[in-house]
Amino acid sequence: VILGDLAHSRAGDKGTIVNVSVIAFDPNDYAWLESVVTAARMQQHLDGIADGDVVRYTLPSVAALNFVFARKPGQSVTRTLELDAHGKTLSSIVLAMPLPER
Amino acid sequence: MNTLRIGCGAGYAGDRIEPAVELAREGGLDYLVFECLAERTIAMAQLAHLRDNAAGYDVMLGDRLRAVLPAAVERGTGVITNMGAANPQAATDEVIRIARDLGLARRVATVTGDNVMSYVKAHPTLATDDGRTVGELSERLVSANAYIGAAAIVEALSGGAHVVITGRVADPALFLAPLIHRFGWSEDDWSLLGAGTLAGHLLECAGQVTGGYFADTRRKHVEDLARLGFPLAEVREDGHVVITKVAGSGGRVTAATCKEQLLYEIQDPADYRTPDVVADFSRVSVEEIGSDRVAVRGASGHPRPDQLKVSLGYMDGFIGEGQISYAGPGAVARGRLAIDIVRERLTLAGVPTHELQADLIGVDSLFGRADVHRPEPFEVRVRVAARTATLADARRVGNEVETLYTNGPAGGGGATKSAREVLAIASTFVPRHAVTTAVTFEDVA
Repeated sequence: VILGDLAHSRAGDKGTIVNVSVIAFDPNDYAWLESVVTAARMQQHLDGIADGDVVRYTLPSVAALNFVFARKPGQSVTRTLELDAHGKTLSSIVLAMPLPER
Repeated sequence: MNTLRIGCGAGYAGDRIEPAVELAREGGLDYLVFECLAERTIAMAQLAHLRDNAAGYDVMLGDRLRAVLPAAVERGTGVITNMGAANPQAATDEVIRIARDLGLARRVATVTGDNVMSYVKAHPTLATDDGRTVGELSERLVSANAYIGAAAIVEALSGGAHVVITGRVADPALFLAPLIHRFGWSEDDWSLLGAGTLAGHLLECAGQVTGGYFADTRRKHVEDLARLGFPLAEVREDGHVVITKVAGSGGRVTAATCKEQLLYEIQDPADYRTPDVVADFSRVSVEEIGSDRVAVRGASGHPRPDQLKVSLGYMDGFIGEGQISYAGPGAVARGRLAIDIVRERLTLAGVPTHELQADLIGVDSLFGRADVHRPEPFEVRVRVAARTATLADARRVGNEVETLYTNGPAGGGGATKSAREVLAIASTFVPRHAVTTAVTFEDVA
């Protein structure tokens, strides 16, 4: 089971900061996702991509988590050498996160 | 209770035009808003303005307004847009010409004052978001625009404007302004301003809330994306918001599409800062109340920030890039060999690159981590990009990829190359008193 089986996601950018939402398809899965998809777990999953700490915000009213992190220094959309300058594809690697047995 | 219908006719400078026409004709709109200024767009417009005094506003403004004005006039729909970019007055001049051509009587308002270049240059110790100071950018700085709030647009609407042209304005403020104007919301009613900001935030990327940027063949089906309908919000005087679209248009408005857009480009959902209010989206809920109708509730707000964010455009050297494809058995290995050759060539040729990135598109171009085992693709595309100080050096990067045709691994094909000057963006903050807005009116009888 991967995160994309239970949730959908969209990435956005502001300067060098990226946010990636994780939204439960079924709100009944939210509590479990909140317990297993922690900031630390996401930071481990994004090793080599996120620079520094991954911060998580919880939005139980919409069954969603919001992960916020910096990209590597200097990698803002307007000057990066990256093919995906915005970091919009990050939602896809977040959804590829393997989930533990429930 | 009074309800205002506000549509979004564009979510970025190059967006589709037909959905805006559909909204203008069939949306029953009070206001149609076009949000066309990304972070860098206004800096590029400022460069165009420096080269040509009549340029510097959105090049698609004419096409968009010619397309929607007849229906907007017929239905009494006001138009609000930041397509003025770095030269709102020249944009207004074009709107006036178009209105005359079409024989439409209009009052057009121009909002100026977001350009804070002289203030910023006079305050070199201002800190930027990337850890520098404005002084360090000095000679390379090409634009400085403050994100202004809704007040100047409200002034324009109160003065009877049918079309309002602005430069840099906080995106949600384009939508908040007609709500303040029509409902008389107080400038310190933070809950209502938070609710109006939420409506603006959901609308501002146009198709991104109506099923665009959402479809996934695995599980998220969206019909008719080629005819995607753009959104409109029905906002009540008490701040209640319903997101919907024109019946029969493509796409869909569901709880899920609204949730994705709710969190788009949001960091702390309880602390969404705009010039008008610090909005709190942390307790928002969404509910499907009909087909393609979603009610959004629970936004609130706190007092507005004391400072205004300023977007700084500056020249940041050059980027040269080259690409070439390899296919079949051993494609990945030949791609890696090609990259090694280009790196060595740039060193041998003494091309100074401040930073170089080499990718195999199809393998590691999006997330890196080349050490992770992945299934071998049948084709890969080599991409080498490097930052240089001169355009000549940037061109060498692409050339060294292109010469792989006759000097590199077997079977390379489809080489392309490019070199461009980089216009980068940083941001800083200035006190409100540093920004003085002005509104002027012109009439076409």
